[in-house]
Formats: sequence, C-alpha cells, structure tokens
Amino acid sequence: MHRATTTGERLYFRVAKNVGCMLLSFRTTMRLLTHNMLTSHVKGVTNGYPLKLQAENIKVMSVDFNPEFVARMIPKLEWQALVQAAESIGHLGDLPRELMPEYESNEEFLKMAHHVLMEVEVIEGNLECPETGRKFPIKNGIPNMLLNEDEV
Amino acid sequence: MASGRRPEHQAPPEVFYNEEEARKYTSNSRMIQIQQELTERAVEMLNLPEDTPCYLLDLGCGSGLSGEFLTDQDHMWVGMDISANMLDVAQEREVEGDLLLSDMGQGMCFRPGTFDGVISISAIQWLCNADKKSHNPPKRLYKFFSTLYACMARGARAVLQLYPENSDQLELITTQAMKAGFSGGVVIDFPNSTRAKKFFLVLFAGGTMTKLPKALGTDDRAHQAHFTDTRERGKGKPRKSVKKSRDWIMEKKERRRRQGKEVRPDSRYTGRKRSNKF
Repeated sequence: MHRATTTGERLYFRVAKNVGCMLLSFRTTMRLLTHNMLTSHVKGVTNGYPLKLQAENIKVMSVDFNPEFVARMIPKLEWQALVQAAESIGHLGDLPRELMPEYESNEEFLKMAHHVLMEVEVIEGNLECPETGRKFPIKNGIPNMLLNEDEV
Repeated sequence: MASGRRPEHQAPPEVFYNEEEARKYTSNSRMIQIQQELTERAVEMLNLPEDTPCYLLDLGCGSGLSGEFLTDQDHMWVGMDISANMLDVAQEREVEGDLLLSDMGQGMCFRPGTFDGVISISAIQWLCNADKKSHNPPKRLYKFFSTLYACMARGARAVLQLYPENSDQLELITTQAMKAGFSGGVVIDFPNSTRAKKFFLVLFAGGTMTKLPKALGTDDRAHQAHFTDTRERGKGKPRKSVKKSRDWIMEKKERRRRQGKEVRPDSRYTGRKRSNKF
C-alpha cells in the first residue's frame, strides 16, 4: 500500500512539472517525417500522395540527433516527396535532391536529413489532396484528417 | 473509466472526452498509472527488436500518456485521436510524437508499410458504437483493420488493448480483423480475476506464423486437468465378479471358509451349469 502511494506521488510531480513547462512554450507537432507518411483517404481517391503542403507558420526546433533512427527511416521515405515538401516551405537547405548511395555511413548527410525530417515543424497551414483538392487544415501543429460523412 | 460506468454508453468519443474529462488524464494519478502499465505490457507484446529505435503508431493516443512511455524507450511515434481536447492536453504536456486528429473508423491515412508496430490502449471498443446515423460498426471496423494492415510493415505487430462489453463485441472485432487479413488472436491477462482481467488483441500483419504471447496470471497446471488419451485398465479397485459366475462362487466359498463355516470342497464341477436333462 505504501509503495503504491509513493508511485502515485512521483507521477503527480511529473505531471505538475509538465504543466509548468506548458506555460513557457507550446511543443507543436507536424514534422516533415509525418508529412512524408500521410496520404489522402478521401473516398474514391486512387493516388492521394503526396499531399501538397502549404505552410503559414513554421518553427524550427532542435531535436536530439539519432543517426540510427534516421538511417532506418530513409528507406521508408519517398525522397522526392520530401524534397518537394521541404522546398515548398523553403527549408530544403543543402539536402541533396537525389538519395546518395551508402548514406548509412555518411554522417553529414544523415544530419541534414535529420534536420529536415525532425526539426522543421509546421504549426499552421494546409495539406491538400493532389487529386480532389480537399484541404486538411493544420491547426496548432495538429493536422485535422477528419472526413465529412460524404467523403467516407 | 474513473466513473466505473462505460463511457461508450454516455456520448461519442469526440464529445465524451471534453476539456474536463481530458484534464483527468493529467491529474488523476490512478488513471495515469493504469495507462502506463497497460502501455508497458502492450509494448512488451509488440516484440520489437532490441535497442532499435522504431516508428510506431498509437491509436487513440489521447493525452499522450502511452506515448511518453514510447519516448522513454527511444521510439518515435505518431498518435491519432478523435478528441481535439485530448490532443490539446497532449500538446500542453509537450509529448515528443506527432499528433493527428482523425477517426479510426474512417480508415488510416498513411502510406503502405509505414509502421514497425501499432499500439492502442482502451480505444477499439469505441468503434463498436454507432454514434451517427451513417455509422455501421462492422463496416467501420473493417475499414479500420484493412487500412491498418496496409500501413504496417510486413511482419509487424499490432497490440490493441480493449474493454469489450460482451463476447459478441469481441467476436465482431476479431472477425473483422481476420477478414482484413490479420492473423493472431486475443490474449487475456489475469483471466480469473474480474478486476485485473485485461484483453489484448494481438495481430500480425503478414510474415511468418508466430505464436501468440503468453498471457499473464495463467498457470495451466493449477486450473486445468492434465489430459492424456491413453486408456488405463485394471488400476484402482479390483472389480467385483459377476454374480453366480464361477469366480463369484469361488470367492464366496473362500470367504465362508475363512468364517469357519462348513463348505463343500472345490471340484471341477463347482459352479458348472447343470445339463438340460435335469
């Protein structure tokens, strides 16, 4: 019984700490990594990829660099879509347009990819379905992917 | 679930999880603890490769409590929820994952083969309700499972913890999952306890057939009879011989001899049937 109480207290303090941080800054969340994975799921769409990214408000955060994770994610990415998205919001930087061979061991390249994938975040904007032109609004860093009843 | 009554019966998820309900998930330490324990167990059953950062999906992430645990394990995650208020709380908590406002029943909006694993804590049972006129639970479940299958990497697992209302609901969910191509089944932790009992739907997206993880709190030997298909004869108490048979007569004579009574000696005629002539 006593042990349970202490765990509860510890959790409570953790929460209290988080609420404290909330007052200082809002962590916003729509990375280009996520954008690269998103497709349109409107009814009848055959190729809803890539979603056109229109950003009104962008934030660059610093995130811990994890080379292993970035290297693991690169084969899953659509590189052209990433380049396109990064270019459309003006954060392409020095990222090469073509995926280079043996990128796993190229730390400089992984760092650039990490910056574009993990650190550039869209706060306000729109995601547009390339086929139907349906817009999914991004508010406060959260894309709203809810469909209307006639789009399911 | 603090009220003890089923929240699914009260309102649709986007309405039920309003600001007040969402706050509970940051202030109620009991809720937080339960959520964390369930997440820990779900991640254990995902069976992810060790020391490899993975890309995971959290369905019904709510305020991101389960996501925090994933972050602690060095995984990157994307959270989906239908309640905007819950996601607002998640953002205030500064969770590391990316958040999406989306309805599971409308299907996943991800490219094929995206995720290394999927977890969900207490969310799937909401899909069994028809909250709008246009909702058809089996169809929504099928849409959910089929699109989920597509966005998982081959051989990836989905561990979905749920509170089914009854066995029909559980069957509805598993049927739709199997129809969508998943293999796997339900793991029930602590099946003999009403309170601690937890249902996990463990699904495999393609890959080789794998065994379901073992449920906690089950000791086969303690609760089940040992099964063998061998027939055992002649063990235990010897059978009594049939009445009026030769064996029975011999036994009776022996017994009466032991009692010191006068008994005719045994011969080859003892217990023999009389011939018809007589």
